[in-house]
Amino acid sequence: MTEQPFLSVSNLTKHFGGSGFSRAPVVRAVEDVSFDVPRGKVVGLVGESGSGKTTIGRSVLRLIDPTSGTVRLDGVDLTAMSARDLRRQRAKMQYIFQDPFASLSPRMTIGQILMEGLGIQGTGTRRDREDRARAALKAVELPADAFDRYAHEFSGGQRQRIGIARALALEPQLIVADEPVSALDVSIQAQIVNLLRDLQTRLGLTMLFISHDLAVVEYICDTVIVLYLGRIMEIAPAAELYANPRHPYTRALLSAIPEPVPGRASRRQILTGDIPSPSNPPSGCVFRTRCPHAIDACAQVVPPLEAVGRDHRSACIRNHELETAEAVPA
Amino acid sequence: MTAASTSTEIATPPARARGPWVRAWSRFRANGAALTGLAILIPILVAVATYPLWWTFGPNDIDLKAMNQGPGPSHWFGTDGVGRDILARLLQGGRISLTVAFVSVVVSIVIGFLVGAIASFGGKVVDNGIMRLVDLAMTLPPVIFLLVLASIAGTGIVPTIVVISLLSWPVLSRMVRARLLELRERDFVVASRGMGASMWHLLFRHGLPNCIDIIVVYATLQIANAILLEAGLSFLGLGIAPPQASWGNMLNAARSTVVMEQYIWQWMFPGGALVLTVLAINFLGDGLRDAFDPRSDLN
Repeated sequence: MTEQPFLSVSNLTKHFGGSGFSRAPVVRAVEDVSFDVPRGKVVGLVGESGSGKTTIGRSVLRLIDPTSGTVRLDGVDLTAMSARDLRRQRAKMQYIFQDPFASLSPRMTIGQILMEGLGIQGTGTRRDREDRARAALKAVELPADAFDRYAHEFSGGQRQRIGIARALALEPQLIVADEPVSALDVSIQAQIVNLLRDLQTRLGLTMLFISHDLAVVEYICDTVIVLYLGRIMEIAPAAELYANPRHPYTRALLSAIPEPVPGRASRRQILTGDIPSPSNPPSGCVFRTRCPHAIDACAQVVPPLEAVGRDHRSACIRNHELETAEAVPA
Repeated sequence: MTAASTSTEIATPPARARGPWVRAWSRFRANGAALTGLAILIPILVAVATYPLWWTFGPNDIDLKAMNQGPGPSHWFGTDGVGRDILARLLQGGRISLTVAFVSVVVSIVIGFLVGAIASFGGKVVDNGIMRLVDLAMTLPPVIFLLVLASIAGTGIVPTIVVISLLSWPVLSRMVRARLLELRERDFVVASRGMGASMWHLLFRHGLPNCIDIIVVYATLQIANAILLEAGLSFLGLGIAPPQASWGNMLNAARSTVVMEQYIWQWMFPGGALVLTVLAINFLGDGLRDAFDPRSDLN
């Protein structure tokens, strides 16, 4: 790759707790995660609850400070930046929240919410800010009279549009969308996903799309990263990942997608047990406790991400043995 | 592909072009108790503010021909033991009592909010340090603390304000801290931080508006409490010293059984004014809290 990636995350690690006088065990939310997002592309982060998706999303924007590792946005190291410089950089990168009911202040009108960031960044005059806020409202297809209303007057889908408009008002280049549709009704989900995709294409946004819904991720993302217990299991272009999953965890996830054609029963590969506690992860490969293909060697080494195809990497020591192993083990 | 299809599906909320203040006022207007409170409080405030313009007697004018006189056509509320007009003293006392209460509440809100804000936004070490100080301030026995402070600060309006404010801020700072700690993790505050908000912005654009219910409730309870504290201090001779009038030192007259039994107008009127004002302020505060809560539209 000759072009410098727009967003580059390397060796990102985030541990919670364990410092000071606290006796609570360290929670290893994210362990040594590295990935790049080229300009104008959408990268999906998928995984179960507790796999560290949100922690990565928030660390990338430095809404939480990572324990170690670096995040570079357009060549600038965000992790080494002072709080003051970071505040100016924040106009370039915005977050879309999961819960549209918690992400809008109950005490501000929609107009105030949309103009807040512009005011913080000191963009233009008051009139300019209002014009930009109204343009953002229009971009998310909400009526202009929403401007003077309060958030509680809107439905979940409309609120999520407002949340998207707030992020867009600052004209950011990077958007981190944290499960933007998982709190919505299925019928509304499609609208919001389409809206996000249209906006992304039209504005050339770079996007990190966090979700546990594999169908949504396949639809919107160029590249998909599969996470498990704070580690990357597999990275591949979306089409490739769905057509040719290599990691046993990805295969299990994909087999859980409901088959839309009746009678064409998919071969379900049901994972047993729960995701282990991130404060006490298994040694070696973190997935080995639930992996149908686990062997003794899996407990010994942390499997590195190995190339298994073009732009396709998987973290499994049995990558090559399992290449053709489609069958569900007895 | 979606622009046409989705825009028609978004239900437009019923047209309502009223601004937030208009809506708050309409909620307030629907609250009978609050309106009653306002109806009691406004005449009291107007009377207290304007009495020199329409009442012939001054608070310290002595009418030697009318000592301990009951209510009548010349002295509407009667006179006290040295012939001073009770109505004039009541109104002047109201000025002082209400000023002391209002200013001390404003001072304690400012101190309480800032201390709570610094504790909740300043990190673990600052928080622990400040909260232990607050604990210390709260464990001081109030009456003894008041007496010591008052004997150091002396009598008069400013020392009384200082004493009452210093005693009352810790409760508010605890409530503000608890609210802000919870608020700090809310998504819309995280969003604001994500847009580059400074601590100042977070505190005054998100912290303060979301503490307004706490502050209004605290203010109304505390104004009532401060009026009573002032009365108590003055009653003990440590607040507003005679010959200056205050509701508290007027009540002091009732210590004498003669006054208590025979000249009831000398303590009934200040006592009544005290009770009426405190009640009215409490009703008003209740109404204001409901009016400022945008979610109350939903109920």
